[in-house]
Amino acid sequence: MKIATRESFGLALCELAKTHPEIVVLDADLAAATKTEIFKKAYPDRFFDCGISEGNMIGVAAGLATCGKVPFAASFAMFATGRAYEQIRNSVGYPHLNVKIAGSHAGITVGEDGATHQCCEDLALMRTIPGMVVLNPADHYEMTEAVKAAFAYNGPVYIRLGRLAIDTFNDPDTYKFELGKGITLKDGKDVTVIATGLVVNEALKAVMALEEKGINARLINMHTIKPIDKDIIIKAAQETGKIITVEEHSIIGGLGEAVCAVTSEYCPVPVKRIGIDDTYGHSGPALGLLAEFGLDADGLAKRITEIMK
Amino acid sequence: MDSKELLEMQKIACKVRIWTIEGVFNAKSGHPGGSLSAADIMTYLYFKEMNVDPADPKNPDRDRFVLSKGHCCPSLYAALALKGYFSTDEIKVLRHIGAMLQGHPDMKGTPGVDMSSGSLGQGVSAACGMALAGKLDNKNYRVYTMLGDGECEEGQVWEAAMFAVHMKLDNLCMIVDFNRLQIDGHVDDVAGLGDIGKKFEGFGFEVIRMNGNDFNEIESAFEKAKTIKGKPTVIIADTIKGKGVSYMEDQVGWHGKAPNADEYKIAIEELNAQLKELEG
Repeated sequence: MKIATRESFGLALCELAKTHPEIVVLDADLAAATKTEIFKKAYPDRFFDCGISEGNMIGVAAGLATCGKVPFAASFAMFATGRAYEQIRNSVGYPHLNVKIAGSHAGITVGEDGATHQCCEDLALMRTIPGMVVLNPADHYEMTEAVKAAFAYNGPVYIRLGRLAIDTFNDPDTYKFELGKGITLKDGKDVTVIATGLVVNEALKAVMALEEKGINARLINMHTIKPIDKDIIIKAAQETGKIITVEEHSIIGGLGEAVCAVTSEYCPVPVKRIGIDDTYGHSGPALGLLAEFGLDADGLAKRITEIMK
Repeated sequence: MDSKELLEMQKIACKVRIWTIEGVFNAKSGHPGGSLSAADIMTYLYFKEMNVDPADPKNPDRDRFVLSKGHCCPSLYAALALKGYFSTDEIKVLRHIGAMLQGHPDMKGTPGVDMSSGSLGQGVSAACGMALAGKLDNKNYRVYTMLGDGECEEGQVWEAAMFAVHMKLDNLCMIVDFNRLQIDGHVDDVAGLGDIGKKFEGFGFEVIRMNGNDFNEIESAFEKAKTIKGKPTVIIADTIKGKGVSYMEDQVGWHGKAPNADEYKIAIEELNAQLKELEG
């Protein structure tokens, strides 16, 4: 099945809202894009379009949360976390209010809209806010469970959503989401690849291909960027001696540096960060950009092979 | 309001001013000017207008107050303490390490504070969220939020204003403490607001103008605000920054500075004399 995680998010919200009348949804004139329109259609009385004013939207969400509502506020990752960073920091984070922020169209797979809309800094920004949980689900099934987990957690949560329709790879019958716990998708002893979000499936394809070339890589899906799963990282560092991180995000401040922080403090091993280098994206079709930035399966296999030489 | 009630309000406001000065002096920092300009409105809100109970500060049906101009919390803290939310002893350690009372309002740590605030422009949006929640839950509570005039330079204020009108939040009452001064000087010299009443009118607000240091005018304004249906109200409160302390009145230098020991003594003497006169 091919489905964008933004759509999975919209569907999951609707499902959850059936039994939880305290859930309300806010958007900033992007409901059709963030897929909160799915919720809007089902629950028009609990949906509020704030117009193109992300800062106000976050503040309104904070106010609603003080009155017992559980607001999900959505916009593009760029504007939700970039434009409204300080509102999130001061009006949501500081009072630790129960607000969930969804940032859609994250990373370069926004595609044609180009650099102004390709947010590769959202995970970094949200990680810096004390008490903020940061989630980056990798496929439909993971997003569905992540939304439930975000709701169950009493406090601020950021969830990253993607625009691009992607293949599901998790098994819905056995999949289990545990907040703050990475998932080992494949065992291995030569190196550990830790990936997050949209590129997890690409990394999975890459490590399977590398297996045939004699590289026995472990693959961890790190859906929670904060709190980061220290145990699984330390174990990987101890057992495989090398780590490669993969993310559709700047190599500054995201998964890569979160992993480096754990290894350098608890079990120093070489870590290579694969992601968007210190640069902006540009216009182009999403898949073409993914390939250009070396984040598709082929590109990752090539890069991992080079690193392993 | 009758003369007995007026006298009562004036006495409380005087005590609010005394505790404002105590707080800022003991903290050796803070914002006396805007705290004092707002002291009468703060007094009216907590001692007359709002349906609040210090014994039950989280009651879901209570009225809410968001001090969007969070730096003026010394007079908010004074009003809350005098109302009985916490001891005035807390004010003596305002802004100290380990103190409950932070430099800007902290809803997590301070009973009676409905929203953390301090970053200008943000409290108004939170107040909109509270008012919206009240509408959703068919509750009768009202939400009050106080802004500075300088704060109205923040774009978020106008985002929130548009939202409040669009959502017909008639349970929301904004108060602009129009003391005409901000850190860098006169508001008109820094980044003039033009005709602020017309601006809010253009956004669709009911606009009420009052002398924010006169309890009869304050009462009329808040009474009128409660009758407005279908749209939010803004009360533009003409006030004197530093009101009640002679050398602070209308002086931009007292925006964010604590009095030294001599200045503190003069301020307290003046305010005590005012209180004594009121007490006859």
